Amino acid sequence: MASKSKQVMKKAILTENPVLRQILGICSALAVTNLMMNSLIMGLALTFVTGLSSFFISAARKYTPKHIRMIVQTMIIAVLVIVVDVLLRAFYPTMSKALGPYVGLIITNCIIMGRAEAFAMNNPPVLAFLDGVASGIGYTLVLLAIAFVRELLGFGSLFGFPVLGASWTNWTLMIMPPGAFFMLGILIWITNNKKEGGQA
Amino acid sequence: MSPLVIFFASIFTNNMILANFLGMCSFLAISSQIRTSVNLGQAVTFVLAVTSAANWLVYHYILVPAGLEVYRFIVFIIVIAAIVQLSEMIIERYFDSLYYALGIFLPLITVNCAILGVALFMIIREYGFLQSIAFGVGSGIGWMMAIAMLAGIRVRIEKAPVPEGLKGAGIAVIATGLMALAFIGFSGIINIS
Repeated sequence: MASKSKQVMKKAILTENPVLRQILGICSALAVTNLMMNSLIMGLALTFVTGLSSFFISAARKYTPKHIRMIVQTMIIAVLVIVVDVLLRAFYPTMSKALGPYVGLIITNCIIMGRAEAFAMNNPPVLAFLDGVASGIGYTLVLLAIAFVRELLGFGSLFGFPVLGASWTNWTLMIMPPGAFFMLGILIWITNNKKEGGQA
Repeated sequence: MSPLVIFFASIFTNNMILANFLGMCSFLAISSQIRTSVNLGQAVTFVLAVTSAANWLVYHYILVPAGLEVYRFIVFIIVIAAIVQLSEMIIERYFDSLYYALGIFLPLITVNCAILGVALFMIIREYGFLQSIAFGVGSGIGWMMAIAMLAGIRVRIEKAPVPEGLKGAGIAVIATGLMALAFIGFSGIINIS
């Protein structure tokens, strides 16, 4: 059991990273990554939702009729997202404003549905929870990697702390949408090359 | 703000894909043929037009008076799913040829983030009824335009010598980035955000 959970975690974070290997959930991956703090909160929110939704979907899988499972899954996910939204607005209102509609859009994030369909429907709750959390962590790491470059080059800072000093000229392009697309493309390229290198 | 301004802004300067990153999942999966992309784009535009109106009415006449704004996510998703289902049945019954063109795409649209995104944006930006419809239709057309253009680009890229690791999704994302860069050129004309 212990080795199996380890395997599940490793697979979801590294070898089958949802964003880079399966190209899922990139809508929000791109939108919030102009600042590292936003990316971290977004990643934590998604990890929370993916982990718990996998847990509940897996726990309810024997009682869910096959043809309405999509609706049941969506409802479970939507309830969890509402919880995240309410918590965020209560304890971190500035972040709630900054993320705007992208918190609500966690519902349609394909990673959550993807894990529910591919893993939670066929596995026990605890394992499904681990798988969900690991997918969430994999997503968070990619978000932070993209945000690291974008915030560093775009604002000259990391987590809001100035790093590069006053003489640094901000690359406005990096905090605009094209910067996000380029960074994601480059990251996908790097991971694909890594994989091929590992096999050869 | 005039609905017409919102309409054009949501096509050019606040394009759903190129400025807000919404609807990327099906965007990358589908956009390899121009014909299918245009069909999917039409379906998205149609659904956006109907759902933006329906969601606006539901939000302002049911959720706000009842003080249930917190549940908007769940309600919007239900409204969207119901409308997609309903339009699928209506199109199947009355518009045979359209059904064969759009049919398989309609269920996919429920989980397209652009649809929920439009609903959430119009609430956050406090649009009126007509503004919301203009925003919905404009976003749909903007989405269709972006996906059709990317399909065209991808057809050409297939014949180009792309580095091995970039093939497929990688180069598509970078091409989208270049398109987004070009669209920034429009941003001086109108701005709504």
